[in-house]
This record gives sequence, structure tokens and C-alpha cells, in this order.
Amino acid sequence: AKSRERLADRVDRLVLGKKHIDAELIEDLEEILVTADLGVHTTQFLLDRVREKVKRKELQDPERLRQALREEMEAILSVQAPPMDPSRAKPFVIMMIGVNGVGKTTTIGKLAHRFRQDGLTPMLVAADTFRAAAAEQLERWAERIQVPIVRQQSGADPSAVVFDALDAAMARHVDVVLIDTAGRMHTKVNLMEELKKLHRVIRRKLPEAPHEILLVLDATTGQNAVNQARLFQDALGITGLILTKLDGTAKGGVIVPICQELRLPVRYIGLGEALDDLRPFDAAAFARAVL
Amino acid sequence: MFDSLSTKLQKVFRHLKGYGKLTEQNIQDALREVRLALLEADVHYKVAKDFIAKVAERAVGQEVMRSLTPGQQVIKIVHESLTELMGGTAMPLDLSGKPPQGIMLVGLQGSGKTTTAGKLARHLSKSGRKPCLIPADVYRPAAIDQLITLGRQLNIPVYAASSRDKPEEIAASAAAFAKESQSDVMLVDTAGRLHIDTELMDELKRLKNILHPKEILLVADAMTGQDAVQVAGAFHDAVGLTGVILTKLDGDARGGAALSIKAVTGCPIKFVGVGEKLDALEVFHPDRMSSRILGMGDVLSIIEKA
Ligand SMILES: Nc1nc2c(ncn2[C@@H]2O[C@H](COP(=O)(O)OP(=O)(O)OP(=O)(O)O)[C@@H](O)[C@H]2O)c(=O)[nH]1
Ligand SMILES: Nc1nc2c(ncn2[C@@H]2O[C@H](COP(=O)(O)OP(=O)(O)OP(=O)(O)O)[C@@H](O)[C@H]2O)c(=O)[nH]1
Ligand SMILES: [Mg+2]
Ligand SMILES: [Mg+2]
Repeated sequence: AKSRERLADRVDRLVLGKKHIDAELIEDLEEILVTADLGVHTTQFLLDRVREKVKRKELQDPERLRQALREEMEAILSVQAPPMDPSRAKPFVIMMIGVNGVGKTTTIGKLAHRFRQDGLTPMLVAADTFRAAAAEQLERWAERIQVPIVRQQSGADPSAVVFDALDAAMARHVDVVLIDTAGRMHTKVNLMEELKKLHRVIRRKLPEAPHEILLVLDATTGQNAVNQARLFQDALGITGLILTKLDGTAKGGVIVPICQELRLPVRYIGLGEALDDLRPFDAAAFARAVL
Repeated sequence: MFDSLSTKLQKVFRHLKGYGKLTEQNIQDALREVRLALLEADVHYKVAKDFIAKVAERAVGQEVMRSLTPGQQVIKIVHESLTELMGGTAMPLDLSGKPPQGIMLVGLQGSGKTTTAGKLARHLSKSGRKPCLIPADVYRPAAIDQLITLGRQLNIPVYAASSRDKPEEIAASAAAFAKESQSDVMLVDTAGRLHIDTELMDELKRLKNILHPKEILLVADAMTGQDAVQVAGAFHDAVGLTGVILTKLDGDARGGAALSIKAVTGCPIKFVGVGEKLDALEVFHPDRMSSRILGMGDVLSIIEKA
């Protein structure tokens, strides 16, 4: 955060001493946007938009420049999509997917906690049967928030776990089913096939489900997150994004090119490792934090 | 991918047929393309800028080899400079001295520390060492279970810590456990933490003072973006890193973080993680990493042919 603030201060100073928007100012803005992980293309896109406005004399005042950039960013991030509404179905099935270590399991714990606070009964499903102690990790979360969990032995077929879990969810009249999947590289064909199979099993049991497929992205990740989103989208179709680890110094700017290209809504952001460190996404606040 | 940078460079040099030497201006034009490629690979903005400035100095006035197009010549210079910057040759672990020696793994949440502890244990025992595993993460749910599971898979002793213990207490018992289990290396898994979390960073300093580890390795995710400099810098300032392990290189991340981390810490990257399984650990090759960052898998063969 330090170097970004220093940079932002510098831009403020530049802006204050300036009557016109010039190349030097634009270059400093480029540095801010690139270091926030927006990527070269989206940074150029945003700066071009601003340059055009300057040319058309819609934007002349340097002080308005940052505001204009924030508005452009906010427009990209405000993706129109139906809200995530768990009362739409019973059980409402959510599948959590993403590459290794981004925060899927932790986010399931936090999300289930939110549902409980809203008076719903969630159930956790440990469909990561691969990683060492993955089910135990989810179990700790289930204990912590006192919600039921369905798990099997390590090494079990994740599809079988999900199949059983959906039966259990219906028998117990659970409101929301949260399925934790194993982290996997989007480039690994066999692991992506396994995920598609899991998806098919859910559909076979409940034709409308899964109601949400949430891709978890780590705010510390750079441009590779764009490829992650593309390939998970191609394989399954994503209904929303969750951006974790925004409590660090990374800005998570890579969601801007992702939202621009794939038009996916960001549902929540993760701000820590505790139960209530999950917040609904706010595009305006996000843009302000970047710039 | 190789094509994109090389095609761009060809365009830059189209008007240069028959030129004997690269001039300042055409080097600048070419390096502008290289800079964009580095940024797309997540090399930090400032690191990329400094790097480009150094390469420009080095490239101006160089002979363009007859068999090379100027574009390839620039790529060759860039590639060599990148490789040099990342350490030239691979660096082994230093475990000299009286056993048991400690290796402490540190890093952000989810970077791959616990898995890498398992991988290193396997690697060391294959090379004739007798490692043991010390779980000093009492915060993440089931972190100790995770390391115990890996130890069981590898048949390597794991200190039976409890999540009610203090990490400092666990560290203090490590040497005795190593002796008791006849181990000569202690691999210490620490909790993931943010570099700005002063409380937990102070804990790391205390663990270091108790353990006096020979190696303190930053475990960093190859997909990390621009924040890599901040993270690596802060960990280095706090505990004095001796090396870096870059994980998750089995994906398609270009891995520019490798350059950023090397630039801010000066620490060698010693290993790379290339999968979730315990045998998915490789020695770091700076030249392969430069090709990857530049987005050209086969740059070496192209340059060699030229
Ligand atoms: N600081 C911070 N840490 C987080 C956040 N979300 C998750 N974590 C931490 O990140 C690490 C990885 O989280 P997990 O939930 O295990 O990630 P995962 O995606 O389930 O990982 P795999 O199942 O191994 O692929 C843990 O140490 C979490 O406590 C967050 O928003 N902020
Ligand atoms: N594909 C791939 N996955 C890896 C690699 N190294 C670790 N992982 C995975 O990354 C995830 C996180 O690994 P962990 O070892 O739990 O990470 P950690 O740093 O100990 O996490 P915390 O203790 O929560 O901070 C797990 O799913 C691992 O299987 C690698 O080289 N490639
Ligand atoms: Mg998980
Ligand atoms: Mg760990």
C-alpha cells in the first residue's frame, strides 16, 4: 500500500500544479493502474478513453482525471446479473471452484456463516478428497459455525460424495448446499474433466442445480487470473466471482480485465481469515481503492 | 506467444535491412515491445523499467550477427540479461554444519508452504539426508493434520504438535525431536501470513531466533502479480531470506514474479513446484524461466540455430 499511496500522492501533487492533462501525468496513471494488476491492455483502454475525452474537451481539469478513471473502472465492474438469491430454490446449490490455494474452503466457511446469520440452514460438502487433510479443514469450519458436513474418506470419488450429499440435503430439508472442490490448475485437462463430471452429477440429481458456480480468485494473482477465468468459464460456465485476500497490499485489479472480457459479476470479497471477513462487492469502493 | 513478441520485433526492425549496428533509437523501439511483454508476464512496473534501461545500455552499439535478424539479436540480449539477473546457474540448499540443521518455510497464505515442506522432505531423503517435519502453523484449520498426512505418505517423522501449542513452544522442541527421531534436517512449516501483519511477522522473527535455521525460504506463488515486490521485500526485511521457492509453475502463468522477487531480495530461487504431488519439485533453471517470462518456450533452440 505504501508505494501506491506515495504514487497517488505524487499524482495529486502533479494534478494540483497543473492546468492541463499532459503525457507525464498519463504516465504516472499508467504506473498506478499497472501496479494494481489491471494489465497492459485494460490500462491502455482506460487511458485511451481518458485521452479521447481530453481531446474532445470533455475533460480538461486534471483534478477530474482520477474521478473520470474511477468512473470508467466502476462501469466495467458493475456487471448486470441477477443477484445470488438462495430463496430461489431448495436446496440452493453452490459450487466453489478455482486454482490451488486461492481460498475456496475458507470462503465456504465464511459464506455458510453469512447464510446462518440470515436464518438459513447451510450444509457443507467436502468434495476435495485429494489434498491432504482437506476434509478435516472443512470439518473444522463446520464445527466452528455448527453446520452439518458431508464427507468421505480421503481418496474417495468426489462425484460419489456430492451424490450422497444431495440426497442428505433433500432428506434434511437443508436450504443451501456449499460444495468445496479441490484446487486445480485450469490448464490440467483431466482435472477439469473431473470437475465437469461433478457438475453433471449435480445436474442429474437436481436439473436446476448448481444454482451458483463461484470462481474464487486470489487478489495477489496477476494476469494469469484472466486465463483462469476464461478456462473455468469455458469448462463449466461461471455465475460469479469471489476475490479473496484483499486485506493484503495487492489491489486485485485483474478483475477489471476479467469483468471487461467475460462480463461476470463479482459477488463477494474476502478480507481476512476470520468468519466475518467476507463482504459484498462494491464497485465504487473498489475503484477508489485502486486509484 | 513467441510469435507475438518476435513478430512485433520484426515489425520494429523491418526498415533496418542491411544495418550493421543497432542504434539507440531502434533499440528503444524494440525494447518498448519487450517492456510490454514483461508487464504482461507480471514483472513489476519498476523492475521492468530498470531492466529495460540496463538492457538498452548493453545493446546499443552491439554488432548484429549476420545470421540473426536484429529482432532475434535483441531477444538474445534480453534473454541473457534476464537469465543473469535470475542467478545464472541453479543454487543448491546449504545444510553444512553440525546437524540437525533447520529449514524454515515462510510466505503468504496458500502459497504452498506445507506442500513444499513435504516435497523438500522427499527430495532430501532421496539425496541421503534424514529430514523430519515440524508443524509450526497452529492457526489454519487442520494445518497440522495436513503435514502429518504428508509425513505419513512419505514415511518421514512429524513432530506431533497440537494446535493449542504456541509456535514458539513447537520450535523450541524441534531440535530434541530431531535428535530423538535421528533426523539431521528439520523442515519447519509456518503459518501463512500477510507481510503487513506485524504481530505475525514478529512471531516469525522469534521462531528464527529459537531455531537458527540455516535456510529461510520464501515460498511464493508463480501466479503472483505486481505485489510480489512488496511481499518479498517485507519478508526479506523481517527475517533475512536465504532463498526462494516458486510454486505452481505447472499452470500457464508466465511467472514474472520470479524476476521481481529476485530483483528486490537478491536471493536465489532454489526450487520450483510443478504440481500438487510430492515428487513435483524441480531445481530452478534461470534460462528456462527467462524463456517463460518472455513467452517463448523454444527461444534457446531458435537462438542456437541462428
Ligand atoms: N489474508 C487472507 N487469507 C485468506 C483469505 N481467504 C483465505 N485465506 C487463507 O488462504 C489460505 C488458503 O485458503 P483455503 O481456503 O485453504 O484455499 P483453497 O482454495 O481451499 O485451497 P486448496 O483447497 O488447497 O486449493 C488459508 O491460509 C486461508 O486462511 C482472505 O480473504 N485473506
Ligand atoms: N498445481 C500446483 N499446486 C500446488 C503446488 N504447490 C502447492 N500446491 C497446492 O496449493 C494449495 C495450497 O498449498 P499449501 O501447501 O496448503 O499452502 P500453504 O502455503 O501451506 O497454505 P497456508 O498454510 O494456508 O498458508 C494446495 O492445494 C496444494 O496442493 C504446485 O507446485 N503446483
Ligand atoms: Mg480447499
Ligand atoms: Mg500451510
